[in-house]
Amino acid sequence: MISKKEILAWLHRYREVLAENKEYLTGLDAAIGDADHGINMDRGFGAVEKKLDGVADKDIGTILKTVGMTLVTTVGGAGGPLYGTFFLKAGMTLSGKNELTAEDMVAALNSAIEGVKMRGKATTGEKTMLDALVPALEAMQKSVADGGDIHAALVAATTAAEEGMKATIPMLATKGRASYLGERSIGHQDPGATSSYLMLKTAAETIGVS
Amino acid sequence: MKKLINKPEDVVREELEGIALAHPDLVKVSYDPYYIVRADAPVKGKVGLVSGGGSGHEPLHGGYVGMGMLDAACPGEVFTSPTPDQMLEATKAVNGGAGVLHIVKNYTGDVMNFEMAAEMAQMEGIEVTSVVTNDDVAVQDSLYTAGRRGVGITVFVEKIAGAAAEEGRSLAEVTAVAKKVNDWGRSMGMALTSCVVPQAGKPTFDLGEDEMEIGIGIHGEPGRKRMKIAPADEIVEMLAEPIIHDLPYKEGDQVIAMVNGMGGTPLIELYIAYRKLHHILAGHGITVVRNLVGNYITSLEMAGMSITLMKADDELIKLWDAPVKTAALRWGV
Repeated sequence: MISKKEILAWLHRYREVLAENKEYLTGLDAAIGDADHGINMDRGFGAVEKKLDGVADKDIGTILKTVGMTLVTTVGGAGGPLYGTFFLKAGMTLSGKNELTAEDMVAALNSAIEGVKMRGKATTGEKTMLDALVPALEAMQKSVADGGDIHAALVAATTAAEEGMKATIPMLATKGRASYLGERSIGHQDPGATSSYLMLKTAAETIGVS
Repeated sequence: MKKLINKPEDVVREELEGIALAHPDLVKVSYDPYYIVRADAPVKGKVGLVSGGGSGHEPLHGGYVGMGMLDAACPGEVFTSPTPDQMLEATKAVNGGAGVLHIVKNYTGDVMNFEMAAEMAQMEGIEVTSVVTNDDVAVQDSLYTAGRRGVGITVFVEKIAGAAAEEGRSLAEVTAVAKKVNDWGRSMGMALTSCVVPQAGKPTFDLGEDEMEIGIGIHGEPGRKRMKIAPADEIVEMLAEPIIHDLPYKEGDQVIAMVNGMGGTPLIELYIAYRKLHHILAGHGITVVRNLVGNYITSLEMAGMSITLMKADDELIKLWDAPVKTAALRWGV
C-alpha cells in the first residue's frame, strides 16, 4: 500500500527536483517554445509547497486536488491547465482514500492522462508530455499485471517515461507553440515530457521504498 | 539591457497600480487575482466582454476596458497566459445577467486557461461563449500546427463586439458579430529588433544589425523568413500582398486597415508604412474606409510593425463608429 506520508514526500521532493532543474527545463523550452517552463513549474510547485502542510491531514484525493487547483491558478501558460488537470483528475479518482493499492495508482494515472489528452486535445507522437506519460502508464499496468509490487511498477514506469522523453527528440511538434517551428522543432527534447519523466522518477525514489 | 522598471517580478503589479491611478474614471483594478474591470461593472442587462493574455502587449487588453469595448481584462505575467481564477473572477464581476463573451487569442496556453474558466463559470450558472481570434497569415493553418495565431484583429473584435454589446444585443448576436470580424480579418507582422522579457533580461531572439524577420509573432516567435533589411515600401508589400491574397480581399471591397507599431517603432515610420499600404490597396481597387495608425498591440520594445485588414460592411462600419471611451481608444464621446 502507498501511504499518505509517501505521497507527501513525493510532492515535497518533486518541488525540490523542479527547483534543481529550473534552468534545464527553461533551456529546453527556449529551443522550441517560449523559455518559461522551468520558471512556471518552479513557481507552481513553490505555491504547492506552501499549501501541503494545510492539507496534510486530509485524504489523498483532497491533497492531489489541492495540488491541481494550486497549479491551475499559479502556473499559467499551457503547463498550468495541463499539470493542473493531471492532478485534479488523479485526485478525483482517489477521493476519500488514505492509502492506495497498486490498482488505485494505475487508475489514478490513467484518469490523469485522460484528463491531459482532453485538455490539450492531444495524443502520443505529437512531442508533448503524453509521450512520456502514456508509455509510463502502459509499463506500470504491465508490471502490476505481472505481479510486480508498487515500487517495481514505478521503476518500470520511470524507465518507459525516460525512453518516451528521449523519443520526443526526433519528433515533429504538432501541438503548442513548438508547432510554429515546423521542421525546426525536430532535434529538441520536449520540456513537458521531461518534467513528466522527472515527476515519475521522483515517485519511484519516494514511493514504495522501504 | 536598459529598462524603465524597478524589479522584474514587480512589473505587472506596478503597471496595474499605475493604470488604477491614471484612469479611476474608467476602470477599477483587482489585485487578488489580477484583473481590470470597467468602473461601472457589472452593467445590468448588457453582455459582458472579457479578454486577457500575457502582459507586454499594451495597450492590449487593459487599455481597452471601458464603455463601448471590454468590460474586463485579465493580465498574465509578461508573455504568459493568465490563469482561470482571474478569468472566472473577472467573468463574475462583469456578469450583468445577459451572459459573458470571452475573447481569446489563439495561443495554446490562453485557449486552455480560458476553457477552464468558462467551464467553472458555467458551473456557477453564468452563460459563457468564446471567440478565438486567429488572423496571422504568417502561420500555416493545418493539422500540423496549433493553428494561426490571434494578433491584430483582436483589437477590432474588442471594439466591434463591444459596440454590439453596448447596443443591447444578445450574447448569441454579440458572439456572431465577433466571429464575423475574425473571419473577415487578416494580419501579418515583422520585426527589426527583438524584445527583452524583463524576467529573462536578454533578447528573445538574435537578429543581425542588417536583418529583419518577416511574419513575426507578438512574443517574438519565428516568422516566415529572415532576410536583409529592405526599404519601408518593400516591407509593406511583403506584408500586404500575402494578407490581401489570403482572404482574399477583392476589387470593390471596403476595409478597415491598421498599421500597428510593435512598441519600438516611431509614429513617423508607421505613417510612411500607412502611405504605402494605402497605395497598394488602391492598386487592388480596395478602399480604406477607416484606419488606425499607432501602437495598439505591441511586443514590449520590439521595433517593427504589423498590418491588419478587415473587410467592412455597413454593419461593421456602424459598430466601428459607435462611441468608445477607454484609455487607449476613444471617440464619439
